[in-house]
Amino acid sequence: MGKTLFQKVWESHSVATLSNGQTQLLIDTHLIHEVTSPQAFGMLRDLGLKVAYPQRTFATVDHIVPTDQREEPFSDSLADAMIKELNRNAKEFGVTYFDLRSGKQGIVHVVGPEQGITQPGTTIACGDSHTATHGAFGAIAFGIGTTQVRDILATQTMALSPMKVRRINVDGELRPGVYSKDVILHIIRLLGAGGGKGYAYEYGGSIFDGFTMEERMTVCNMSIEGGARAGYVNPDEKTFEYLKGRPYSPKGEEWDKAVAAWRAVASDADAVYDDVVNIRAEDVPPTVTWGVSPDQAIAVNEQVPTVESGTSAEQRISIQEALEYMKLEGGAPIKGTRIDVAFVGSCTNGRLSDFREVARFLKGKKVAGHVKAIAVPGSQIVDVLARQEGIDQVFTDAGFEWRGAGCSMCLAMNPDKLVGDQLCASSSNRNFKGRQGSPTGRTILMSPLMVAAAAVTGEVADAREVFALSA
Amino acid sequence: MALTKVTQIAGTAVHVPGTDIDTDRIIPARFMKCVTFDGLGEFAFYDVRKNPDGTDKPHPLNDERFTGANILLSGANFGCGSSREHAPQALYRFGFRAIIAESFAEIFFGNCTTLGIPCAVAAHNDIVALAKEVERNPKLEVTVDLLEGKVFFEDQEFAIIVPHTAREALTTGQWDPIAELLENKDAVDAKIRELAVVA
Ligand code: SF4
Repeated sequence: MGKTLFQKVWESHSVATLSNGQTQLLIDTHLIHEVTSPQAFGMLRDLGLKVAYPQRTFATVDHIVPTDQREEPFSDSLADAMIKELNRNAKEFGVTYFDLRSGKQGIVHVVGPEQGITQPGTTIACGDSHTATHGAFGAIAFGIGTTQVRDILATQTMALSPMKVRRINVDGELRPGVYSKDVILHIIRLLGAGGGKGYAYEYGGSIFDGFTMEERMTVCNMSIEGGARAGYVNPDEKTFEYLKGRPYSPKGEEWDKAVAAWRAVASDADAVYDDVVNIRAEDVPPTVTWGVSPDQAIAVNEQVPTVESGTSAEQRISIQEALEYMKLEGGAPIKGTRIDVAFVGSCTNGRLSDFREVARFLKGKKVAGHVKAIAVPGSQIVDVLARQEGIDQVFTDAGFEWRGAGCSMCLAMNPDKLVGDQLCASSSNRNFKGRQGSPTGRTILMSPLMVAAAAVTGEVADAREVFALSA
Repeated sequence: MALTKVTQIAGTAVHVPGTDIDTDRIIPARFMKCVTFDGLGEFAFYDVRKNPDGTDKPHPLNDERFTGANILLSGANFGCGSSREHAPQALYRFGFRAIIAESFAEIFFGNCTTLGIPCAVAAHNDIVALAKEVERNPKLEVTVDLLEGKVFFEDQEFAIIVPHTAREALTTGQWDPIAELLENKDAVDAKIRELAVVA
C-alpha cells in the first residue's frame, strides 16, 4: 500500500512518542518574525536555555514594519520596541536575520521560498498560521503558538498529533479571469471554514500540475482559512526548477541527491487518503467574499445570501450578523458595491507574478477618484524585480501607491489601516471583523485582478468585464 | 517540571454565543504590539466589548452578573484564524480556566492545552441548555471534570469530549511538553544526522 507525502515526512521526522501519546516531531526549518517570537525568547531566557540549532531558524520582520516610512526608529514606539527585541534576540542567539537593511526582508512566507529555504520533504514551522504556504513545495508546514516557538528554539522539535490527509483534486480548465485565488476561495466555500479540521490538504489534479509555484503558494496559503492546518502540493519539475540556484538551495552534487530524494517523497500513486474531494475547474467562478468568515463567499455575479436562505438557526444568525457588519443587503448583487480602499499584497498575493498579472491589465487605466489604492510587494526582492520591469510605474500611473515590503493592510499592526467602516477590496486572506485595523472596517477578499477591477471602477466589479477578458 | 494537574475546573460560567469566533476577535491584532503577554487580559474581545471611545458595549463579558466567571461557553469552530498564542493568553489573563464549545480550531486548541486551559467539546443543545441556566442564575456553580468527561451543574450533567492526548497531558500535569522534549536530546541529534536535510 502506497503512502502519502504527509505520511512519509511524518514517519521520517518522528523522534519519539511522548507520554501523552503525541509525537515528538523534528522540525527541519523554523521561521520567526517579530510578533510571535519575543515572548518565546523570553521563556527561553527564563528557563536558562539556548537555541539548540540556531542555523535552522530564520528571522525576518513583516507584520509591524511600516511600508512607507522605513527608517528606524519607527514613529510607533511599540513597533520600534518589537523590532529592537528581534534584533537583540537574533544577535544573542545567533539566528540568521533578514532585516530591513539586508535587501531580503519581507513577509516570512514570501522570503522562505525566495531564498530556497523552503524545500520539499521537510517540516517547517512558524508562529504564523499561514505557514502552510510552504506546502506548495511539498513540505509539511504549519503554524504554531509562541510556546511551541520556544519548544522548537530549545529542542528543534515539537509535540504534535498526526493529521489525516484529504486529497483535493481540481481537474479541467479554469475559465479566463479565474485565478488560483478563486480556486482556494471556492474550495473554502464548498468545504467550510472549519471543514479541514484535523486534516492536511493535499492539492492535486491537472490544475495544480499546471500551476506555477506562485499559484500553488496562493492556494496552500489559505489552507488555514479552510480549517486545515497544513496544505501541500507534491513536488515536481516545476518545484525543482524554482528552487535551482536559490541562495539556500543545495548546490552541485548535493543538488542531484536532493532532487532524487524530493522525487521520492511525493505521494505514491496508490497512496490511500482519508478523504477525497473532486472539483471541476470549469465550476470555479471569480469568487468574492461577502461576509466576515472566508467561507462566506459567492461568485462575483451572484447575489448576497438572504437570512432566510440559511439552513439552520445558527446559520441564519451568522448570515444576519455578517450582513449587518458588512452593511450589505441580503438578495442584492455584490457587484456594484462601492469600495473605499483597494489592496494588492500579502503572503497570499504579494508575489511578482501577482503584480505582473495586474500590471498587464492596469496599463492605461485610472483608479476611481474616491478609492485609496495601495500595492505592497511581499518582499524587498519582489519590490526590486517589479521595479526592474517597470511594474511599479504602471501601478503608480494608474493611481496606486507603491509601498515597501511587509504585511501592510492584511492586518492591523502597522500604520496601514482602514478607517471607520471603510470597505476594502483586498487580495489578502482574512475578512474577519476588524481584521484590517478598524473595528468596523469591512473586507472583501478576491484575486489581485479583481482588486484592480474594483479599484478602477470604484466598486466590486467583474474583472472579465472591466478588462474585456472573454469569459 | 512539576506542573499542576488539571483535572477539574469549578466556578461560574459565561456564554459568548456565535460560530467561527476568530482570534482577531478574541484579541485584535493591534494589541499584539508587545514583547510580553502581561496585560493582555483587558483586551480580550476588545472590539466587541468596547466602543471606539472606550466605553462599554452590551456584551456578556461586560455584564456585571458574570464578573469573575472562569468558564467560557461558545459555539462551533471557536478560535479559528491566526496561530497567535496571544488569544488564549488574553483569555487566561481575563480569568478563564476552561472553555466549552461545540468545536475548536486546531492551533487554538493546542495553544490552550499547552497553557493548561482545557478546551472541552460539547453538544450544541447541552451548551445552550447550560447557557440558559447560567442566564437564569449567573452564580450557578459549574464543574468541568476532565477525568469523568462531564460537566456538572446543580443536579444535571452532560458529556464533554477532550481528545485523549490533551486529557492525558492536562490530568497528569504534563501539558507543557518542554521537559520531555529536552530529555530526548540524543534522539533528536541522531535524527538530525540521519536526515541531514540542511547541509
Ligand atoms: S501578510 Fe497577512 S496573513 Fe500573511 S503573514 Fe502577514 S499578516 Fe499574516
